[in-house]
Amino acid sequence: MAITGIRKIYKSFIHTFPIIFLFFLAFTGFDFSFFLFKSNFSFNFIYIVIFYWVLKKPERLGYGLIFLVGIINDVVQNLPIGISSINYLLLCAIASFIRTRTLMPNLLYDWIFFFVTIIIISSVNFTTLTIFFDYQIKYSTLMTSSFITFLIYPVLSRVFNHINLIDLKEENAK
Amino acid sequence: MASDAGRDDFIIAIRSAFLKKGTRQKFSLFTLLLISIFVLSLEYFKSGPVNTFRSITKDIIFKGSYFITGPFVYIKNNYYNFKDHLQMYEEYTDLKNKDLNLSSLLHENKFYKSENERLKKLIDEKNIYSDDFILSKILLDQQSPYLKSVIINKGFKHGITLGVAVKEQSYFVGKIINVNLLTSRILLASDLNSKIPVIIEPAGANAILSGQGQNDYAELEYLPKLKKIKEGNIVYTSGVDGIIPPAIPIGKVIEKDDDIFVEFFVDFNQLKFVKVNN
Repeated sequence: MAITGIRKIYKSFIHTFPIIFLFFLAFTGFDFSFFLFKSNFSFNFIYIVIFYWVLKKPERLGYGLIFLVGIINDVVQNLPIGISSINYLLLCAIASFIRTRTLMPNLLYDWIFFFVTIIIISSVNFTTLTIFFDYQIKYSTLMTSSFITFLIYPVLSRVFNHINLIDLKEENAK
Repeated sequence: MASDAGRDDFIIAIRSAFLKKGTRQKFSLFTLLLISIFVLSLEYFKSGPVNTFRSITKDIIFKGSYFITGPFVYIKNNYYNFKDHLQMYEEYTDLKNKDLNLSSLLHENKFYKSENERLKKLIDEKNIYSDDFILSKILLDQQSPYLKSVIINKGFKHGITLGVAVKEQSYFVGKIINVNLLTSRILLASDLNSKIPVIIEPAGANAILSGQGQNDYAELEYLPKLKKIKEGNIVYTSGVDGIIPPAIPIGKVIEKDDDIFVEFFVDFNQLKFVKVNN
């Protein structure tokens, strides 16, 4: 009885993993900063999660929830409320566009398109914050963070692929 | 002909991305983008019901975030406690070997304080120094290369006002930049957007302390060319902005590759309780 209960919890956790993970990242403001050569580097985990899941399994991540995650992220990160939502929804739009235009999904193509996408999103973010809200952002830090996010995408994509496969197996077992 | 078909496909893909509701999607991306732009435009309203609603929303999110980050904060605190424990013996022997002569220093300090007050009265200078403070607990520690700020568990309900100084023990930590009903945000002196008017003693030079997004040090801007600043000089708040009280120690001057920086006295990674000036 207890085993079936745990199995049920595990199944629903795997099924709702992207949503849980996204809200966790937004609430904690986790950015995985690390020190290398006495400099602080970080990457944007949320961009990778949204891009991957909207591209591969859009039914797992509701756009309304992504909008909410953006609002939470803005409050936690002290950004003007709404800016992250715009960024995340634009990311969804580009990922959705790539999904409809791609016939043969391939990690390399996804990776290149992800690079183009985060460059667009970072530009929108930088322009809005500096022009409309007089925010001081170090352009170099923003670009370094975007580049590291791009570099890390294949690794996380592999991990998410694995989770996706587990979810598919669980669905088929039904 | 082929290019026309390609363009049509492209337009259809864009339209489907923005307007089509996917499986299990309740809203189209276009609708949500419009809502986001509307919410963002509300940022220009700094008072009235919009501000009250925003403040309550922020309080709810901060409390939620506090509970979710609880286990991580617990691990982090234990790590620093363990590190402190390992360094305890070294610190003890170091302090034992130092001849601090505290009581004599205390009397000297009292004398200078009363003399300073008397002289200020003579020249009719307004004294904004205040010993009153509200003790607050750190709820959230938000530190990334872009943002160095912390959330405290006191808001305008407890009498916190915008712009006031925050200290840890007697050292400067930062200033209040956002006040909600039950919580407030402190912008740390290390943040990229932090600019604090300071005075460097004993040279008496005025400058602006500008955060670099680094936890250990900040840069000094607008330093007078003729004043000689030496390594080890102490940097205090100057109080020229009329909000932050003067004479709060911030850090000491250090030189790095012929540039002058200020090394903070406060360890921003280990903030637990802070004093908000009343």
